[in-house]
Amino acid sequence: MEYNILIGGEAGQGIETISDILEKTLNNMGYYVYSSKDYMSRVKGGHNFTQIRFGNSPIHSHWPYLDLIIALDEKTVNLHQDRLKTNGYILCDTSIKSEDTKTLKIPLMNMAKSLGSPRMVNTVALGAVYKLFGLSYDPAIEHLNARFANKFREENIKALKDGYGAVSKIFTMPQPSGDKNILINGNEACALGALAAGCAYYSAYPMTPSTTIMRFMTRYAEKAGILVEQAEDEIAAINSAIGASYAGIRAMIGTSGGGFSLMVEALGLAGVTETPLVVANVQRPGPATGLSTRTEQSDLLFVISAAQGEFPRMVIALRNTEDAFYQTARAFNLAEKYQIPVIILSDEYLSDCKVTTKPYDFDKITIERYLAEKPEYKGMFKRYEVTSDGISPRIFPSQYENVYVLADSHEHDEYGHISEDIDIRNNMVRKRMKKMERLREELIEPDYFGSEKPELLLIGWGSTYGPLYEAIKLLEKDGFEAGALVFGDIWPLPQKRLLHYCDKAKKIINVEQNYTGQLASLITQQTGIRCHGSILKYDGRQMDSYFIYKAVKEGDY
Amino acid sequence: MKNNPFHYDCEISWCPGCGNFGIIEALKETLEELGLKPHETAAISGIGQAAKLPHYIISNGFNGLHGRALPVAMGVKIANKDLTVFVNSGDGDSYGEGGNHLIHNIRRNIDITHFVHNNQIYGLTKGQGSPTTALNQVTTLQFDGVKSSPFNPLAFAISQDCSFVARTFSGDKVHMKAMMKAAIENKGYSLLDILQPCVTFNKINTYKWYKERVYYLDDKYNPYDKEEAFKKALEWGDSIPIGILYKSDKPSFIDRFHHLKEAEPLVKRNWSPKDAKSFMDEFY
Repeated sequence: MEYNILIGGEAGQGIETISDILEKTLNNMGYYVYSSKDYMSRVKGGHNFTQIRFGNSPIHSHWPYLDLIIALDEKTVNLHQDRLKTNGYILCDTSIKSEDTKTLKIPLMNMAKSLGSPRMVNTVALGAVYKLFGLSYDPAIEHLNARFANKFREENIKALKDGYGAVSKIFTMPQPSGDKNILINGNEACALGALAAGCAYYSAYPMTPSTTIMRFMTRYAEKAGILVEQAEDEIAAINSAIGASYAGIRAMIGTSGGGFSLMVEALGLAGVTETPLVVANVQRPGPATGLSTRTEQSDLLFVISAAQGEFPRMVIALRNTEDAFYQTARAFNLAEKYQIPVIILSDEYLSDCKVTTKPYDFDKITIERYLAEKPEYKGMFKRYEVTSDGISPRIFPSQYENVYVLADSHEHDEYGHISEDIDIRNNMVRKRMKKMERLREELIEPDYFGSEKPELLLIGWGSTYGPLYEAIKLLEKDGFEAGALVFGDIWPLPQKRLLHYCDKAKKIINVEQNYTGQLASLITQQTGIRCHGSILKYDGRQMDSYFIYKAVKEGDY
Repeated sequence: MKNNPFHYDCEISWCPGCGNFGIIEALKETLEELGLKPHETAAISGIGQAAKLPHYIISNGFNGLHGRALPVAMGVKIANKDLTVFVNSGDGDSYGEGGNHLIHNIRRNIDITHFVHNNQIYGLTKGQGSPTTALNQVTTLQFDGVKSSPFNPLAFAISQDCSFVARTFSGDKVHMKAMMKAAIENKGYSLLDILQPCVTFNKINTYKWYKERVYYLDDKYNPYDKEEAFKKALEWGDSIPIGILYKSDKPSFIDRFHHLKEAEPLVKRNWSPKDAKSFMDEFY
């Protein structure tokens, strides 16, 4: 059993505050919460909303149909009432025009005003929601106490109680699961993974939707004893991270597509100097400024080929809040093992979605630096020694007395000295690219769920994981022999499971949040396999499980 | 020089007579005289003739991208504040392509030394005008003369309260070494603009041209006087002051983080994944 609530209004009306409080309360009670945000690139006005889906078993996607709309303005009613279920309700102010008989009109604004400020309209509404679901308002009071300064605390608590008293219980809560879980979004999970992995330097230039990674890192910088720097531009962010990594610490940078574009030259610098680096690209729709606060999966082909020349790299797409933590931490080990840039590909949807998640197991995180044992060398270190697997011994400056490390953006010899020699060039290109061979052997195959003999195979990557997972369940219920393969490690492309299931399936459909079907192109390029249809969305809003289910059912692909 | 631990016997691709030869010799001697060992130093550069320097000395080194030496140097210093980090790059690299990083590292006051080999021309790309080439000077590209006014790095740095601003001349080794020493010893971002002839592409700003114009700031000059420093920085043409034009004592970047100020360098940080476990508490 589950419910879907939408809280909508203008930017600045406090939607985030009350949805936060409600989500935390539900999560702490043992419910599974899945909260997705839809917001505009503005601080005041416009239309923003949060959708909270909750129940007593894990939830993997947002859902189109609503049990309750909390409308802090009229626009919310007009825009979303079509999605209300037949037994759903709209909670709004008495001044809002709505013919719907399921509208619960209470004087939200007047109640807030009588308490001293129309700004508390959100808290009044929050109180009403607690009552509608028959929840005690005590947890909400705790949150209000923690959030508000003395001055505003009392009146907000009063507003909560007034709202609570203004309605009667309507919804029956399911039995909570009893699990003790965390409620976290993709960016917070990514930052937590980086901190656990021992990232000692994080640098970024603010860019939505990546900035909350930097915010979380900054909040814990002192406790972790690390440095987080807001760089003057993305070029400084990446070059300083390369400098820090060369000098021996784990370094990470984060951005979105526009900032990544500025980092491209230095991505090649990390490649040719074989400097480990973790780069998070939290995608948003492009090109150029695109839609700043919205979502897309359109940077895949860009990040796997960005920068002039050829060099090894890895790309990991984050699929959910589990991946965001564990895969980010893993990225640091892979970056150091292969001395390559590892790109974490996330997106706005995942970055902002708050999901009830099993607490992370920090025992599963290891820090493997792969630094060379005490070298017998004196003097210049052979930092780029040609080895059988292409991985050269790596030390950092001043790690050993009287041993020196040189790195160069030019083609260089084994010592890092600039060289235009033909044999050296050939050996160095081969050496660097050889690292990909070993990397390919330890790729994580995509997750598969559904029928072991699928007639219909859906293929996706990254944050459509949850929607695909639920869509398969819905399709199975309707008797479809369907399955889905969802990539996390995506470059180099893992192929074993792909070939296995493509061989069985009659129809292969790629499901992506972009226009051109970038994964489908990549699969064709790498394997020769062609998809028979595509389910694509590029309006900046994430597809939900029902969207995929419906497209398959109706043959709309 | 053979006994200097920073000396590296190698083929050098600078033109015979290039000002860079004098600069690298002075640098090696300065580092040795400061009692530093090559493994305690990091030579960082971008791209250009000057930026080849990390290949020509014994030291840790990072020869990065054009214009991006400063952020790399900053990252190196952040990782290991015990290292002596210096940048050698030209006027194009430092004042053109990398101009933004100049502004912001002055603001940070990161403890690195920036040696700008300023020959007022592009050498590696064969003679185009640089940010410091004189207005109307004819170059291999600007046949009708440079149309933009020259950038004044010292006046700019002083205006931004840069903690150490100095100028020297590659034809005067004694002065150069004194300036290099003071720049490295300054605990903050130090800008040392080194006037240097390009014997191949700049037929205006020759050794002779500089020699006839440069003069030393005298003992009475107070580098802490910002207005005076600004006046000196604006002096150019018939007489060019060399010496420490400006100093401003303030905490360096890393010392501004109280949790890092007294701590070991980040490269020696001990960390176990479990140390981050409590950061998860806020999500319950």
